[in-house]
Amino acid sequence: MAVSDMTKLTLGPIAYHWSAEARRDFYARIADEAPIDEVYLGEVICSKRAPFHEVDLPATIERLERGGKRVILSTLAEVMLKRERKATADLAAMDSPEIEINNAAGLFARGKRPHRIGPFMNAYNEATIAWMAGQGATHVCLPAEMPGPAIATAAATARDLGLGVEVQVFGRASLAVSARCYHARAHGRTKDNCQFVCEEDADGMPLRTTDDHPILRVNGIQTQSESYIDLLPEAGQMVAVGITHLRLMPQAVDMVAVATTFRELLNGGRNVAEAEATLRQTCDGISFSNGFYHSQAGYRRIAAAAAG
Amino acid sequence: MSLAELICPAGTPAALRTAVDAGADAVYCGFQDATNARNFPGLNFTPDELAASVTYAHGKGAKVLLALNTYPPAGKVDLWRQAADTGARLGVDAFIVADMGVADYIARTHPGVRLHLSVQAAASSPEAIRYYCQNFGVKRVVLPRILTIPEIREIRKEIPCEIETFIFGNHGLMVEGRCSLTNYLTGQSTNMDGVCSPASDVEYKRHEDGSMSSQLAGFTIDCFGADEKAGYPTICKGRYTAPHRPEGYYAFEEPVSLNLSRLLPDLIDAGVHAFKIEGRQRSKSYVRGVVSAFRQAVDDIRAGREANIADLVALTEGQKQTQGAFETKKWR
Amino acid sequence: MSARPDTLPRASGPGMSTLARLSCLMVQPILTRVVRRIAKRHPSLFARLGPHQGTDFVIDAVELPFALHLRPDPQALLFRAVPRDATPEAGATIRGKFMLLLELVDSEEDGDAAFFSRDLEVTGDTEAVVRLRNALDDVDGSIAEETAEMFGPPGRAILARLRRAYPT
Repeated sequence: MAVSDMTKLTLGPIAYHWSAEARRDFYARIADEAPIDEVYLGEVICSKRAPFHEVDLPATIERLERGGKRVILSTLAEVMLKRERKATADLAAMDSPEIEINNAAGLFARGKRPHRIGPFMNAYNEATIAWMAGQGATHVCLPAEMPGPAIATAAATARDLGLGVEVQVFGRASLAVSARCYHARAHGRTKDNCQFVCEEDADGMPLRTTDDHPILRVNGIQTQSESYIDLLPEAGQMVAVGITHLRLMPQAVDMVAVATTFRELLNGGRNVAEAEATLRQTCDGISFSNGFYHSQAGYRRIAAAAAG
Repeated sequence: MSLAELICPAGTPAALRTAVDAGADAVYCGFQDATNARNFPGLNFTPDELAASVTYAHGKGAKVLLALNTYPPAGKVDLWRQAADTGARLGVDAFIVADMGVADYIARTHPGVRLHLSVQAAASSPEAIRYYCQNFGVKRVVLPRILTIPEIREIRKEIPCEIETFIFGNHGLMVEGRCSLTNYLTGQSTNMDGVCSPASDVEYKRHEDGSMSSQLAGFTIDCFGADEKAGYPTICKGRYTAPHRPEGYYAFEEPVSLNLSRLLPDLIDAGVHAFKIEGRQRSKSYVRGVVSAFRQAVDDIRAGREANIADLVALTEGQKQTQGAFETKKWR
Repeated sequence: MSARPDTLPRASGPGMSTLARLSCLMVQPILTRVVRRIAKRHPSLFARLGPHQGTDFVIDAVELPFALHLRPDPQALLFRAVPRDATPEAGATIRGKFMLLLELVDSEEDGDAAFFSRDLEVTGDTEAVVRLRNALDDVDGSIAEETAEMFGPPGRAILARLRRAYPT
């Protein structure tokens, strides 16, 4: 039985500093092979990286749209410097494609023109979502740490207001952002003199506790979870409460395979157990977590109470 | 001309009276629940305690600012609304808010009470600050601790509200209001529950060699040698290993406190209206010491005298202090 | 303020056990009076303790010949001196020099600062300790002086002598 073949699968913006060439190859494959409906593009984490791939953006958009994907441009999560303010204002001025805003500076620039609300905007509750809808938001991506009951209530509000509502179901969770670059710090450099050392870690730089337990990943100014969020078993519940979009975050694994697995679950081609087994194979050696959804410590993996 | 108000922490009614008596222009505090970002065990105010505290503060010419600076998860917004209603009824002078839904509610329901934008809203650009001023009538922004003084000066020129900056206390590394580190290890959220490294999940262990390790939810955050100073068991002040740092290092920041006592004249000159002292979780002893020292310093500066700030290093985390981003952007 | 709590001279050794037991017997009536009086004068203290009213705290002033056992249950207050070799299983243990502990009780010292400097050591249930600290911190005035007052001029003299003996 199909969970829902109406539910959209989205691909979030690449959080890491993948090279221009790696990005071109990645999106070409996504365009041609991945059963994904919508793709978010743009640098969200570090404004210093943007020049490396901005030049390719028009071609990437065209390539993805040709592959039948809807493209949305995401704005920076942190806006402080002149170049960050300008980048945000420039994106907010665009009529198409759609934009997803990740900082209040973007909301200010956008005014009441339509836009999506990104996961960094802290749309935690119905009052905030209603406020945002009144200001032109058409779609909201909930924070990754939201528990299931709050997701259900937020989804109901979004549905009543006619908004799309999205939850990250795959990939490392963003746990924090900072003004300081921890990649640069790890290599004894400052942010201004980072020499783009973050490029070495396509899936984030692993941190372990001093007694050798993996715990976090560093991605420039961002701190991520060591585990990948995997809400595949919970996808059915989320669709049932009205989540319209499921977000996959790009990781350094076969993302076409990941998307295919989620799509097969959604259209009923596989059950949860089969899909989960395939996803584990695709992400060999990676720990999965769903604690946030179950109101537990985020790193935890809670056995599914009700198969979706 | 900036007034250089001194905004002081109060975790208990006794601490509030201590702060007022030591010369606070305003104190900030919160209720005993998730509506504020220092929802720590045994800390904070009942409505009755707040009522008496407002009377005490107002009687001595000090203001009371109520922190409602967390993010209600869907389904629980009423707790924040009731807290705002209670605060308004008890006559608090301002609400410190972060969530847009909460800000919108207060702006509509209690338009007579000032709104301050919490550091938890992470508004670090003129545009972001203006968004909150324009939509919710915010009168003051508490700036994130990530800006240099020249940057603060530039922001001041472009915004229609007052600026408050932290001058002393815990040196937050992550952008406030965007940090789920605690929730990742403990299941309690800084944004939704108002906790950071909750004491219930903290454990200290003594070892034979005199060292002491701190753990959060079973994860080792740090291990202090017998002669090392200690810090809070927060994830962002922990020691970790990375592939090319096998010896272990402070990946984010060392245990260290912010102390801007030497930069006060520059901050005033840059247009900072109010100085905030962190530490609602600290004791009356801390409040008395820090507030008195900064009261004296601000009074000296206002009178055109050289400020002779007492040495506050004993009260700092890791017994080390920094001027952080305020001094140089190399900090980043 | 550099000596570690556990490098301090400890009251221990042959014959100490008997001495410890005698000391406990001597101070016990005083402790009982002190804690009852404080509880009566500061009832709001218990609300801040919340679920930890029934927790067993062991307060270990390293120079004393005995440890202190506190269970701040308003229905059955317990504050007693116990020989170190007979301390109960503690929910939380707080250890430091006597004068530091006294100053912490009175908020003359900051608990976090004492912890950062390693002069104060906390083991066991950290939340219990945080609650106890916050409860005591909300008490106005000096518990030490209140206690001294209970014993009139001799009490005040002892407190003054203590403070002189332990310059901080």
